[in-house]
Amino acid sequence: MSSFVDYTVNGLVIGNVYALLAVGLALIFGVANLINFAHGSVYTIGAYIGWAAITFLHTPLPVTMAIAFVGSGLIGMAIERIGLRPLQGKARIAPLIATIGLSFVLDQLVQLIFSASPRALPSDLPDWRINIAGGSIGAMDLLIAGIGLGSAAVLFLFLRFTKLGYAVRATAQDRDAARQMGVNVDAVNSAVFGIASALGGLSGLLVGMYYNHIDPAMSFQATLKGVVAQVIGGVGNVPGAIVGSLLLGLVESYGIALLGTTYRNLFAFVLLIAFLLFLPNGLFGGRLVAQSEPLTGSFLAPSRALRVPRWVVAAVTVAAFALPLVHPGPYLLQTLTNAWLAALLALSLTLVSGTTGQMSLGQAALLAIGGYASALLVLDLGWSPLLSIPAAGLIAAAIGTALVFPAFRLRGHYIAIATLAIGEIVSLTILNWESLTQGAMGLSGIPPLSAFGHEAYSAPAVYWICLTVLVALALLQTRLLSSHLGRTLRAVREDEVAARSYGIRLGRYKSISFAFGGFGAGVSGGIAAHLYSYLNNQTFDAQLSLLALTMVILGGMGNVLGAILGAVVLVGLPELFRFAAEYRILIYGVVLLLLIRFRPQGLLGAV
Amino acid sequence: MAALLEIEGLRRSFDGVNAVKSLDLHVNPGELVSVIGPNGAGKTTTFNLISGLDRPDAGEIRLDGRAIAGLAPEAIAALGVARTFQHGRVFANLSVIENVLIGAHTRLKAARPGPPLIGPLAELFRALWQPASVRGEAKALEAEAREILSLFGERLTPRQNHPAYSLSYANRRRVEIARALALRPKLLLLDEPTAGMNPTETAEMQTLIADLKTGGLTILLIEHKLEMVMQLSDRVYVLDDGAKIAEGAPLDVRSDPAVIEAYLGHSGVGGGAKAAYEAVA
Repeated sequence: MSSFVDYTVNGLVIGNVYALLAVGLALIFGVANLINFAHGSVYTIGAYIGWAAITFLHTPLPVTMAIAFVGSGLIGMAIERIGLRPLQGKARIAPLIATIGLSFVLDQLVQLIFSASPRALPSDLPDWRINIAGGSIGAMDLLIAGIGLGSAAVLFLFLRFTKLGYAVRATAQDRDAARQMGVNVDAVNSAVFGIASALGGLSGLLVGMYYNHIDPAMSFQATLKGVVAQVIGGVGNVPGAIVGSLLLGLVESYGIALLGTTYRNLFAFVLLIAFLLFLPNGLFGGRLVAQSEPLTGSFLAPSRALRVPRWVVAAVTVAAFALPLVHPGPYLLQTLTNAWLAALLALSLTLVSGTTGQMSLGQAALLAIGGYASALLVLDLGWSPLLSIPAAGLIAAAIGTALVFPAFRLRGHYIAIATLAIGEIVSLTILNWESLTQGAMGLSGIPPLSAFGHEAYSAPAVYWICLTVLVALALLQTRLLSSHLGRTLRAVREDEVAARSYGIRLGRYKSISFAFGGFGAGVSGGIAAHLYSYLNNQTFDAQLSLLALTMVILGGMGNVLGAILGAVVLVGLPELFRFAAEYRILIYGVVLLLLIRFRPQGLLGAV
Repeated sequence: MAALLEIEGLRRSFDGVNAVKSLDLHVNPGELVSVIGPNGAGKTTTFNLISGLDRPDAGEIRLDGRAIAGLAPEAIAALGVARTFQHGRVFANLSVIENVLIGAHTRLKAARPGPPLIGPLAELFRALWQPASVRGEAKALEAEAREILSLFGERLTPRQNHPAYSLSYANRRRVEIARALALRPKLLLLDEPTAGMNPTETAEMQTLIADLKTGGLTILLIEHKLEMVMQLSDRVYVLDDGAKIAEGAPLDVRSDPAVIEAYLGHSGVGGGAKAAYEAVA
C-alpha cells in the first residue's frame, strides 16, 4: 500500500513536469501547426541556466526559477525568429526539419559550454516529507505540483481573458483570417514560443532539482515525452496536454513499479503508438479535419534535379573502386567505408521519405534489426556472414515494414512521430529482451566478414565489399525509380487523395517502399555488425536516424546520387578535416538549418 | 436500357448539416448528365460519395448494377470511375506525362493486385527485373498517354516532360482530364472542368467534352457555366441545399420557375445574376 501511494505521487509529479512541456508543445502546434523538436533543448537549457545561476550567483530558489523562466523564454523567441519565421510559405516539412536542426545546435552548444558529463542540481528546499496513508510527499513534490497547476491556471486566464490570449486563439483557429483582422501573427507566434519555452525551461529546472541530476542528453527524451503526452490528450489541445501528461506520468510510474526502470520509456512509446492507431485525435481532440485540396504539392520544394551525366557517375565509381590500389592509407579507406555504410542507410531513407513522402525519424532502427539479425545468425546458428547479411536485409525489411504498417494511415507530422517512437521501441526491446540480445551488455565477439573460409580483415577488402554492395543497391534503386513504381511512389507522396482516386492502394505502395528501403538498411546494419564486432542497443541510436535525414536533405530528397553524396559529405568531410566529435553534430545542425533556409531542394535537387 | 450509375436515397450530413439529403439520380450509358446548383448545394459531396472519398450515411450507389457505396476510392477507380477535382489535384512534382500514366494505374498489368504479400512482392520484383512484357506494356502505355495529350492540341504535348507545378492553371485542369481519360473510364466525373478558364479556353474545353461524349463516354458533369451545360447535356439535375429541385432536359429545366427562384437568388438577391441567366436562356 505504501508503495502504491509513493508511485502515485511520483507519477503525478512527473506528470506535472510533462504537462509543463506538453502545454508548450500544444500552444506551438496550435499557432504554428508544428511539432517543435527543439522543445526538449529549451528544457535542457532551462535546467542549465538554473544550474549556472545557483553555482555562480548563488541565487535563492525563486530567483533561480525566474532566471530560468525568462532565459528559456528568450531562447524560444529566438528559435521562432531565426528558425521558423523565414520559412513561412516554404515546403510543409521545412519548419519540422528546422526545429530538428535547431535541437542539434542547441544541444551541442549546451554540451560544449557545460561539458557532456552529468551535473548535480541541488535545490535549497527543506528536506521534510509529509506522511500520508503509508506513503509520503516531500516539499519538492508540492512545489512541482503547485507550479504545474499554477501555470495551467495562469495560462488558462491568459488565453481566456487577455487581448494577446484572444489573438493566440484566433491565430490557432485560422491564421489567415486572424491576419486579415489585424492580428500581428508574427508577434503572436513569437509570444507563444516565448511562453511555451519559458514553461519548458522551468520544467527542465524542476526535473533537474527533483532528481538532483542534469545532463545535455536529457533533451531528446523530454521532447519525446512532451509529444507523447500531447498525442494522448489530442495534438494542439492545451487541457488535453495536461491530462495526457498526468496519465503518462502515472502509467510510467506504475509500469516501473511492476517491471522495473528500463521499461519506463517502453510504456511511454507503446502508449503513444496505441493512441496514434486507435485514437489519433487523442482523448480531447475533435474529429479529423479534412485536408484542403492542394493546388500544388508542397511536401517538397518544387525543383528540378541536376542531371549528372552518366559518364561522370561511371568515372567516379571506377575511381572509387580504384582508390585502394594507390594505397591511400587505412584511415581514408575506413572513413569512406563508413560513408558507404551510411549511404546505404541514406538510400533507404531517401526512398521512404524523399520518394514516398513518409517522414521517417526512426530509420536507424532498421540498422539495429539488421545488425542484431546477422550477428545472432552467425553467433547462435553458425551461419556464414555471406548468408546472414542478405538474411539480415530480409529480416529488417520484414520486421520494419510490419512495425510501421499500422502507422501508414497517419499523415504528415504524425508518421514522423510514429516512426520516431517505433525506433525507440526497437531500441528498448533490444535493451529488455536479454535472453536474445544480452540486453545492455550487448553482443561481443561478432566474427569479421568472411566467405568460403576467407576472412576479410584488411581495409581495402572491407572497403571493396561495402562499395560493391552500395553500388549494387543504388543501381537497383535507380531501376525501381525508373519503373512504374517510381512514379507511383511519388504520386503517393504528392497527393494521397488523388492517388487513391486513381486506384493506388496507399498501404501496398508504402509497404513496398519500406520493404525495399528496409532491405538496404538491414544489409548495412548486418555488415556494420561484423565490422564493429560489438553491438548494443545504442550502437544505432535516434541521432543516427536524424543524421541520415540530414544526408538525404543535403543530397536532395529522393535523389539516389544525392543520398550517397550526402553521406560522403557528412561522414567523410568532418573526418578528413579532423573536427572534434562534439563539433560534428553542431555542424550537422547548422548544415540542416542553412539547407532548409537557402537550398531546400538539396545539392543535387529533389526528384 | 439499364442505367450505368444509379443513386437512390443518398444522404450525407456533416455535424448536423445535411449536405446531401435523399438524392436520387441516374446516368444511362453514353449520356452526358450535368449537376448544377448554387455553391453548397451538395454537388461535390455527391461526387465524393460516388468516388468513394466519403461514405454516405444512407442510400444506394450502383455502378452497372453493383453496389459501390462505401467502397474504397481505389476499388471504385478499379471499377472504371475516374474523376477530376474541383480545385485541381495534379501531382505537382510529376511531369505531365507521368500524371497521365498514373491515370492508367488500374489498367497496369505490372501493378496487378495479386494475393496479399505475394502480390506486392511480385510487383516489386517485376519493377526491378523489368521483363520484356513489362517493358512492352510501359512503352505501349506511354504511346497511349501521348495520344491522350494530343487531344488537347498544342496545349500539353510540348510540355509533356515539364513538371506539373510549372503549368498554368488552365493547363493543370487539362492534365487532370487527361489523367482521368487514361483510366479509360466507364464513367467520367468532371467537377467544374472550366473553373478559372477564360472564354476561349472554356470553348475549347466544351468542344473536347462534346467530342468525348460523341466518342461514347458516359459523363457526369458539375459546372457553373450554364451556357455550356445547356449545350452539352442530355439531362440536367438541379440541386439546392442538398436536395434535387428539378431534373430533365436542359430546355425544361431552364424554364422551371423553381429553378430560377432557387438557383439564382432565394429572396431577390442577385438580380444581376438573374439577368445574366435570362440573357443566357
